[in-house]
Amino acid sequence: MLAKRIIPCLDVKNGRNVRGVKFSADLDAGDPIELARRYDEEGADELVFYDITASAEKRQIVGELVRRVSEVVFIPFTVGGGVRTFEDIRTIIEGGAEKASINSAAVHHPEIITQGAESFGSQAIVGSIDAIRRIDPENPNVLHWEVVINGGRTATGKDALCWAEELVDRGAGELVLNSIDADGTKSGYDIELNRAVAQRVDVPIVASGGAGGPEDMYRVLSEGQASAALAASIFHYGQYSIPDVKAYLAQRGVPVRPRITIAL
Amino acid sequence: MIAIVNYGMGNLRSVQKAFEFVGAQAVITDRAADIEKAERVVLPGVGAFGDAMRNLKRAELIDPIVKAISEGRPFLGICLGLQLMFTESEEMGRHRGLDVLAGQVRKFPDGERIPQIGWNQIHICHDTPLLAGVPDGAYFYFVHSFYVVPDRCSDAVATTDYGIDYVSIAGQGRAFGVQFHPEKSQDAGLKILKNFAEIV
Repeated sequence: MLAKRIIPCLDVKNGRNVRGVKFSADLDAGDPIELARRYDEEGADELVFYDITASAEKRQIVGELVRRVSEVVFIPFTVGGGVRTFEDIRTIIEGGAEKASINSAAVHHPEIITQGAESFGSQAIVGSIDAIRRIDPENPNVLHWEVVINGGRTATGKDALCWAEELVDRGAGELVLNSIDADGTKSGYDIELNRAVAQRVDVPIVASGGAGGPEDMYRVLSEGQASAALAASIFHYGQYSIPDVKAYLAQRGVPVRPRITIAL
Repeated sequence: MIAIVNYGMGNLRSVQKAFEFVGAQAVITDRAADIEKAERVVLPGVGAFGDAMRNLKRAELIDPIVKAISEGRPFLGICLGLQLMFTESEEMGRHRGLDVLAGQVRKFPDGERIPQIGWNQIHICHDTPLLAGVPDGAYFYFVHSFYVVPDRCSDAVATTDYGIDYVSIAGQGRAFGVQFHPEKSQDAGLKILKNFAEIV
């Protein structure tokens, strides 16, 4: 049976992990490679590197990171954060990452999704959507979400469900839904958002934003119909480990992949 | 030496790095001459079946690949590479494959999310050196919308459940194909690559 995926997300700037991380003393928490290895050993199903480097050398720095990660970690990983051009996607995929995650650039130039999918396959192109809840005064009981960019600062006027459909039509093989309302609150994922999009499109949905613990993951993977749950702080600060989360999910009947060691 | 066939269908560096990690030398090549002299041949690939066959034909790689298999040199198809080993695919029209295994490539029926993306289990039908040390029920990383249907039951090495039970490892003699990505499947995947590099 296909397992639900648990995905830690690492924020990286200039090749260094920038979010506070609490692990054992022997770990250089600033080194994304070390951290990636640790999560891999713990049984993470995938990794996401969210690159917030803002310099002119960004592409080169990202390329270097991807190459280093792919030499030591043999699980899929995605790179997102400021992926703007076809060349950015190429750097990420040819360096050895499984997927490139595209957010704002797709809003400005949707053809980047089409081009990326045509050149590297749909499996390599993740459509990332930042969505915020809006209330229509005339229909206050109907939930809807608007696509926002620049970390939620800029509204686009796009309906998130329609945008999800367009991204998939253009070739995105997977969608990440990041709820701006829930992000950073640790009060749970936006269940309705995930379910609404999951019912609208066929591709797998990765839930993001709001994870406060294993129960939130259980809810979004069951009621929310997401295929994967992404989280950052709860793992980084050592609040929960990946085995903790997976044990909880397994006990509640969610299929998860146990970490096994096979002697090479 | 292992030759990883490069025919413009996806990134092959991960496959090469995974072989290096298990101590096997592998070269990425698009030259028929390299495939002809390779001890083992790996055909990876993601993307559309028709494009893949066209690229292989244009690069004049079909004959060297089929020859490697018929001579009994160890061969491993990965993902699309597994599908290409079969007779015919129904992906966007009808396309003829390498036909080293008899059977069809079909699209997943409605009911589950397509593509299948993520970790799923294999159920081993019969023992083979490729799976030495890999337990029944081990998880591997899959990404695909099409699956293979071998004509001969004996060509099914392992199956996987995704709405339907389908063949996720096929093979005959020393030629194998895996639907998942061993290079992205942690210990279990690395073990398969190591086994492949050591098949005698």
